Amino acid sequence: MLTDTPRKLTIIRDRSDKIFRGVVRAGGSTVLVIMVLVGSFLAFRASQALNKAGWSFFTEQAWEPDAGRFGIAAVIVGTILIATVAIVVALPLSLGTALFITEYAPRKLRSFLVSIVDLMAAIPSVVFGLWGFFFLQQSIVPVSRWISQYFGWIPGLGVTGVDPTDPLATTTVYTSSTFIAGIVVGIMVTPIVTSIMREVFSQTPVGEREGALALGATRWAMIRNVVLPFGQGGIIGGTMLGLGRALGETIAVYMIISPVFFIQPNILQNGASSVAALIALRYGESTEMGLSALMAAGLALFTMTLIVNFGASIVVSRSRSGAAS
Amino acid sequence: MATTTKAPNSTNALVGKSRKKRPSSKTTTVHPRGGLIGIEPKRTLGGIRVGDLLSILGAAVAAFALTIVLATQVAPITGGVAFFVLWYLLFVGFYALLVSIDDTKTFVIDRVVAVLVTSLGVLLFSVLIFVIVFVIGRGAEALPFLNFYTEDMGFAGPLDPLSVGGVEHAIAGSLIQISIALAITIPLGIAAAVYLNEIPGRFSRFVRTIVEAMTALPSIVAGLFIFATAILMFGLPKSGLAASLAISVMMLPIMIRSADVVLRLVPQTLKEASIGLGASQWKTVWNVVLPTSRSGLTTSIILATARGIGETSPVLLTSGFTAELNVNPLESPMVSLPLAIFQFVKSPEPTMIARGFGTAAVLMLLVLTLFVIARIIGGMTPEKSARARRRRAELFGWFASTSRNLISPLRRRITNAKEPS
Repeated sequence: MLTDTPRKLTIIRDRSDKIFRGVVRAGGSTVLVIMVLVGSFLAFRASQALNKAGWSFFTEQAWEPDAGRFGIAAVIVGTILIATVAIVVALPLSLGTALFITEYAPRKLRSFLVSIVDLMAAIPSVVFGLWGFFFLQQSIVPVSRWISQYFGWIPGLGVTGVDPTDPLATTTVYTSSTFIAGIVVGIMVTPIVTSIMREVFSQTPVGEREGALALGATRWAMIRNVVLPFGQGGIIGGTMLGLGRALGETIAVYMIISPVFFIQPNILQNGASSVAALIALRYGESTEMGLSALMAAGLALFTMTLIVNFGASIVVSRSRSGAAS
Repeated sequence: MATTTKAPNSTNALVGKSRKKRPSSKTTTVHPRGGLIGIEPKRTLGGIRVGDLLSILGAAVAAFALTIVLATQVAPITGGVAFFVLWYLLFVGFYALLVSIDDTKTFVIDRVVAVLVTSLGVLLFSVLIFVIVFVIGRGAEALPFLNFYTEDMGFAGPLDPLSVGGVEHAIAGSLIQISIALAITIPLGIAAAVYLNEIPGRFSRFVRTIVEAMTALPSIVAGLFIFATAILMFGLPKSGLAASLAISVMMLPIMIRSADVVLRLVPQTLKEASIGLGASQWKTVWNVVLPTSRSGLTTSIILATARGIGETSPVLLTSGFTAELNVNPLESPMVSLPLAIFQFVKSPEPTMIARGFGTAAVLMLLVLTLFVIARIIGGMTPEKSARARRRRAELFGWFASTSRNLISPLRRRITNAKEPS
């Protein structure tokens, strides 16, 4: 009896292949080196400031690196508040728009609307900043005032130093706030989030949709029981990607807020802060220590966006809709 | 036939004009086999029903009337926004009421959700279009001046009218910076994406993870990195080159990630066929993988370009600012379009702000152009591009043959030489 043993496979590569593999591998390695360099350089320079500040880096609100008093408590809280407002704006808008495009819009309009959304995702953030600064800043004041007047008792929605019921009170207290910056960033990230959600919704199996409709479901019942469960991963993942963008957004925020270095919990009130805006504001006048402190702030921001992004990709890949892609 | 007379009625009730005559659950109608073939008219699926339209209109009018009463008599409100919000809430309420006259709760929810979703979609599109119209509208003052595109701001002070000075320097700067960035990122990015797909293994998985992590890098941190290394450590002046490096660090992961996805979509069977015919890996990549994914790769490059050209924050830290045209990326500051916008609108002068908005319009036009090109190329499937090539060849053939017939022997020799073999 002859027994078949697996033959040993050897691949003989000719010279062009060797060169090709070498070049491509070099490309991959170069990219890796650059990326690791960015991360490790950031961590290395940040460590100087972190060593000096110690744990107070996470609890200190002031930003005076040369005096040795600096910490990211205020800016991180500011960043998270802006991103939260942004997501509160972006989530319903993008969920509604994604459903509108995939389920409700006339079939002929659909591809056009998809192009519009994708195009909007490419609009530079400075353009949204312009709009926020020159248009929204003024026109949102009555809304802010109304909210603080009727919902001021909710923590975070109040405004100090002005009586909201007094019609003659100054309105400048409502400008340059977390609320306005959050709305602008929210509208900026909405197309990105919408685009991801729409992509996932459109992959819903036709058989399941038609099955639901054939069983007598209304359109909304079909969406609630078929499309939304199927697209759950896309909804969460897309929102988290949008959140990552919102956390790292610089210029639109920088144009609108007037930076403060204490925790400003009142989102409607003048004065807000964000890590990215802090870097844009302070990089120029920085000494060695100041730059290192900025690096540490940048590293903290990067860590945050990294966690959010990886969380998003895990959610998307675990969900049913993401498994195929 | 007496038992079947209900059938057309009941089907009409489901899709027809009125919902009132839904069949009660107690009657069961049984169609005799084949009994209705040829009699039943074609049903219309979808479309807009008159009743629906009327209830929407009615709700809108009623809500409007009640809003006016409320706003003027009961609780005075000011501002268009408040008026609109009140009207909208009342409209949804009235609409639900009108639908509930005819229908059960399930249908009321369905209708109300349809209205809500549609209005969210309309709201987003109108806000986005408004952003663009607002920016272009405010910039319209500056755009008609020809000097806006052909002069820099070197001799134009903040008080000068719009007929002096322009953003030529920013346009040139943007183009130079993005060209350098593309010269760095395209070879590196495509090579890395090919590596991830062609040489799989533990190391390439690691590279992929790192690249994915770097897509989360905030652009300002990329700028800060280049500022701290290239400018402060290696003494590179604030210049176009430094800005390009910062943009490259930001663009590279984005480009690799999308190119990786595109390359993964190349059918495995095509690759195997090529290798099975005896082609080497390099030949397979060059003749099969890259041509198949050409349109997708181009799209990913162009979209990354659009992202890179509009980024302000890395440029803010690295390029410096100048009001004059500078085409040398190696030294002295070089301004780009987003940075120019940012600097213009810092000024309190209305003309400078108008210039800022005009620059934003130019930048958006640039992004739009890139996007349209990406769409056209991205929409090209291999079949489509093959068809286009064939059509071009036919056109050329037709042109060649007509010119052969019409034009002198001297010309004929030239066309013959040009004809594809």
